[in-house]
Amino acid sequence: MFCERAMELVRELHRAAEGRLPAFNEDGLRQVLEEMKALYEQNQSDVYDRLLRIRALRWECGSVLPSALRFHMSAEEMEWFNHYKKSLATYMRSLGGHEGLDITQDMKPPKNLYIEVRCLKDYGEFEVDDGTSVLLKKNSQHFLPRGKCEQLIRQGILEHVLS
Amino acid sequence: MTEELDLPGQDSDAGSEEVVLTPAELIDRLEQAWMNEKFAPELLENKSEIVECVMEQLQHMEENLRRAKKGDLKVSIHQMEMERIRFVLSSYLRCRLMKIEKFFPHVLEKEKTRREGEPSSLSPEEFAFAREYMANTETYLKNVALKHMPPNLQKVDLLRAVPKPDLDSYVFLRVKERQENILVEPETDEQRDYVIDLEEGSQHLIRYKTIAPLVASGAVQLI
Repeated sequence: MFCERAMELVRELHRAAEGRLPAFNEDGLRQVLEEMKALYEQNQSDVYDRLLRIRALRWECGSVLPSALRFHMSAEEMEWFNHYKKSLATYMRSLGGHEGLDITQDMKPPKNLYIEVRCLKDYGEFEVDDGTSVLLKKNSQHFLPRGKCEQLIRQGILEHVLS
Repeated sequence: MTEELDLPGQDSDAGSEEVVLTPAELIDRLEQAWMNEKFAPELLENKSEIVECVMEQLQHMEENLRRAKKGDLKVSIHQMEMERIRFVLSSYLRCRLMKIEKFFPHVLEKEKTRREGEPSSLSPEEFAFAREYMANTETYLKNVALKHMPPNLQKVDLLRAVPKPDLDSYVFLRVKERQENILVEPETDEQRDYVIDLEEGSQHLIRYKTIAPLVASGAVQLI
């Protein structure tokens, strides 16, 4: 059990009669510090692990996190996330000579140009090509350019209907 | 699309000699860089010239498409080609970014200790991204974990905490240019070093460390 050793040392000191100082328990102290170090390292690796998951969210959900997820994040994690997405945006804008390249798109190799999708939730107007738009209502089905659908599929708004 | 593109040559000691590539050859180079990067355990030399030329190429294709007649069959074919190229390019850049993030203290250390004239693994933009990632992560760790710990545990050595790329991992490769007398170090101490020749066109499964310079020079292609 964690902290048993530390508790023992404290109990030892309390047990000693008033004014008496028990021998310095070097061994005990060393064990406690080692345990602290192990706990600290485990905590660090858990903390870092959470960071990696938060980073993954930027790639899966886009730059706006759903509020349910934001609830579970600490203020420091949110700060890390905001810096990360800004850094990523700056990098992507710098690619090539013009407006850059959004590399969070095109995550899968293109199979078909157009795909059949079904709308899972009400979304509203969605602009497709050269100004034309479709109304994404729950349960409606559409034949849309694959590139435009990717993000919405990942967000759970559209579902790829495989024939 | 018969325009040719200028690309700086690979001889770094001869300065930048221009190499003229057809669009098809450029995309070939992109796909080779992409596969090498996907299969190599470490971050490879940056190919920003290829990235820039491919982006220019995509720009041209988009302009051509805009001028083309609607419903023309060629339009869908060109659009598909553009999507394919964009996928390969994005995948290549993503792969690099992921390695930069995964090994960030080592990548930055390598850049810091790089000698004058040696090619950089990072493009200037990737370098800026890597530095920001490091600063951001260091700040976060300091604010969260370290603030509450007693002083004897406060130092965080990221170079030690973050693992290095495993250069001993095995990779598949195809030989493009014949190589002689490649020294192979065996895995166990009992075996001795031995030497092999790599015939052009042959394929091998070999430890990355042994052939890393050959990937950089283009003599082998990771598959």
